[in-house]
Amino acid sequence: MSSSTFVASAGSDSRRSIWARLLTGSQGPLIGLIILCIVFSVTSDVFLSARNFLNVIDQITVLGILALGMTGVIIIGGIDLSVGSILALSCMVLGWLPQDYGVPFGVSLILAIIAGGACGLVNGLLVTRAKLPPFIATLTVMSVARGLANLTTGGEQVVGYPDWFTRLATVRYLGFLSATVAMFIVLAFAGWIFLRYRGTGRSLYAIGGNPEVARLAGIKVLRLTVWVYVASGVLAGLAALVLSSRLDSSQPSAGLGYELDAIAAVVIGGASLSGGIGGIGGTVVGVLIIGVLHNGLNLVGVSPFIQQVIIGCVIAVAVTIDKFRRQ
Amino acid sequence: MCALMADQSLSRPRRMEGPPVRLSVTGARKAFSGTPVLNDVDLTVREGEVVALLGENGAGKSTLSSIIAGVIEADAGSMVWEGQSYTPASPGDAISHGIGLIHQEMRLLPDLTIAENVFVGRLPMAGGRIDREQMRQRASEQLRRLGLEISPDTLVRSLRVAAQQQVEIAKALTLKARLLILDEPTAALGRDETDRLFAQIGQLKQEGFSFIYISHRLEEIARIADRIVVLRDGNKVAEHSTAQVPVDQLLRDMVGRNIDRLFPHVEAPRPREVLRVDGLRSAEGAFADISFAVHEGEIFGIAGIVGAGRTELVRSIAGADLLSAGTVTLDGKALRLTGPDTAIHAGIVLVPEDRKGQGILLEHTVADNLALGNMDRLGKRGWLDPAKVREFGQRMIGRLGIKGRPGQQARYLSGGNQQKVVIARWVARAPKVIILDEPTRGIDVGARAAIYEVIAELAKSGMAVVVVSSDLEEVLGLAHRVMVLARGRQMGVLDRAQANNVAVMALATG
Repeated sequence: MSSSTFVASAGSDSRRSIWARLLTGSQGPLIGLIILCIVFSVTSDVFLSARNFLNVIDQITVLGILALGMTGVIIIGGIDLSVGSILALSCMVLGWLPQDYGVPFGVSLILAIIAGGACGLVNGLLVTRAKLPPFIATLTVMSVARGLANLTTGGEQVVGYPDWFTRLATVRYLGFLSATVAMFIVLAFAGWIFLRYRGTGRSLYAIGGNPEVARLAGIKVLRLTVWVYVASGVLAGLAALVLSSRLDSSQPSAGLGYELDAIAAVVIGGASLSGGIGGIGGTVVGVLIIGVLHNGLNLVGVSPFIQQVIIGCVIAVAVTIDKFRRQ
Repeated sequence: MCALMADQSLSRPRRMEGPPVRLSVTGARKAFSGTPVLNDVDLTVREGEVVALLGENGAGKSTLSSIIAGVIEADAGSMVWEGQSYTPASPGDAISHGIGLIHQEMRLLPDLTIAENVFVGRLPMAGGRIDREQMRQRASEQLRRLGLEISPDTLVRSLRVAAQQQVEIAKALTLKARLLILDEPTAALGRDETDRLFAQIGQLKQEGFSFIYISHRLEEIARIADRIVVLRDGNKVAEHSTAQVPVDQLLRDMVGRNIDRLFPHVEAPRPREVLRVDGLRSAEGAFADISFAVHEGEIFGIAGIVGAGRTELVRSIAGADLLSAGTVTLDGKALRLTGPDTAIHAGIVLVPEDRKGQGILLEHTVADNLALGNMDRLGKRGWLDPAKVREFGQRMIGRLGIKGRPGQQARYLSGGNQQKVVIARWVARAPKVIILDEPTRGIDVGARAAIYEVIAELAKSGMAVVVVSSDLEEVLGLAHRVMVLARGRQMGVLDRAQANNVAVMALATG
């Protein structure tokens, strides 16, 4: 019931295994994920193989990194519609600066992340200073960032990155772990620790619960809100690096609609769009559900259009079940 | 119990005569998921009569009125309305019979006009179009009847709470209601507004309207009611055929035990000055030129009618609102207040008036709520130690006698216990100054005594305590000194010896 708020579960922390703690509040979605895996294992011979598992993990990295940032935003009661566009802008900054201006690749890599953070900062300032509703604020940035991404090269894609960069996504260390997947795992773990064991992370839940209560309790609500949007932007920048590395190219149309997938993943993972409830464990499960669904349906040969229908239904079912479970 | 029987027998002969009975409820019973909340309650309301329904939260008052108003269905029992058997199927059904329920929380549509609100759901039509002329005319007729000089085209959002309530009453009157159920109607009203409401009730009573009046405020009930029915734990425990019942008798009925003293003994303050404010002026113009000092162990009351600027003043001292002039000095050091966080770190904390909107996170656990505001003290370097959070929650629950578990969601606690959680959060920091704005609003008599006990305890421990309250009895019962505000100005500071109802009200309305 209250398991996805912080202390209720932390209350019995010492007696629970790390797995139980990681998955706090996401048991429902986890069961869903397991059922999906069982169904696809039966209906497809390829699904249950190490290779396919690695495929799924590779495929979800970009969405997963976006969803981590979205988790923070949704916990404080906000929404970030701009992450898909920010991802595209960062992708373009990465490819365009070295191509057209001869900027060293290492520098453009940093600048791509900074561009993401800057977009997040604009989001944060629009929400806290201009007092725009997050939906509107991030909608404007969504449009502006997409426009800028197209402006860089006039809509053209940039192809060809250094070998070491593309290898980040392709070479698997220890037989399974590519650098990009490792980064996702590290980021997810850091996010989990932050939201669970840092006072600041806890404060995000309070802000989402009721910003005025949080403010009167001494939490710097405006400042934290700005940082959460900045974090979401920076993560979109990192996701851009992963995507560019995987595709060995940058496209201004990258990440179209990713913001909605990220929101879906967070919500499937048990977060509440009214704020104050959610967590990294749930989000990761939500991301996996979306990833496994796409992968499994592909393997079974379901058309992409029907996949969209099915994913829409999954969101409705997941949130409805969650709602009843909370009552 | 004997006294109670005597009361009932006293009222019996009167029932034979009197004006005709409008509504009678017999043996009303209701249980929610197995828990009985109303047991065989009888209630009679006559024409032109105000029956006060008294009881603590959870006593069954709202359940009973909801049954009468068709909001919920009784499990057992029967009702007779104007001589006919009456079982309302819905609130709409009750309204069409002539029963109007006016809620504690306003149920108006803020972005529609008064006229639209009065007629919402049954807009008068003419030739397929809304007959706005008729709507305005009939609405303004009812407004005039209530002595209100406002245009029916006014947006409800722009009205004060009191005026909104009058719109609700006007709405009920256009619905031809003959019985009005008023649930805590004065909770948000100032003295003048209350007086006006009572005058209206008095007049409507003359015209034969009947009222069921639900309130916590005993002195109001003495003024307005013809009879008093007291509920406790879902049972009718007393029925008084007159409103002139001693207050301690009513308290005993409500709580079921003797409350010897609602207010605890408070010790004399120590001479050391803790908080001093000089020439405070609000950035929004809510108050100006406020200066006072509070000493160690002192309870400093702030009284005044609603809108006098009390809440704005204490919020500014606690850093929640901006000051445009003046200084706040704590232990001899002038503070630069930039937000609640600076005030909290300096040692000034605020228990805000709107508990649910500003004090507590309803969806979060009790331990969560207690940790809020104390996170800097529950771990090192920004880390939070879950074991400490749990242990801290448990300790504060024990210290303030909160009825609840650390892992329980705050929404399931009673108002009194929620308030204790908010107080406990701050007490844990051992602040120098604690400001409590309307500390017992909407809280039961029994729980109120416990909160007063806590306040006295805090003062005893050496804190400077500031209490803001609309409940005059509360300010006078607790405070060593009382400052009275009117229209944002400081009207005077009264010592405990001088402070009484008359003196305070004279300043507050002067």
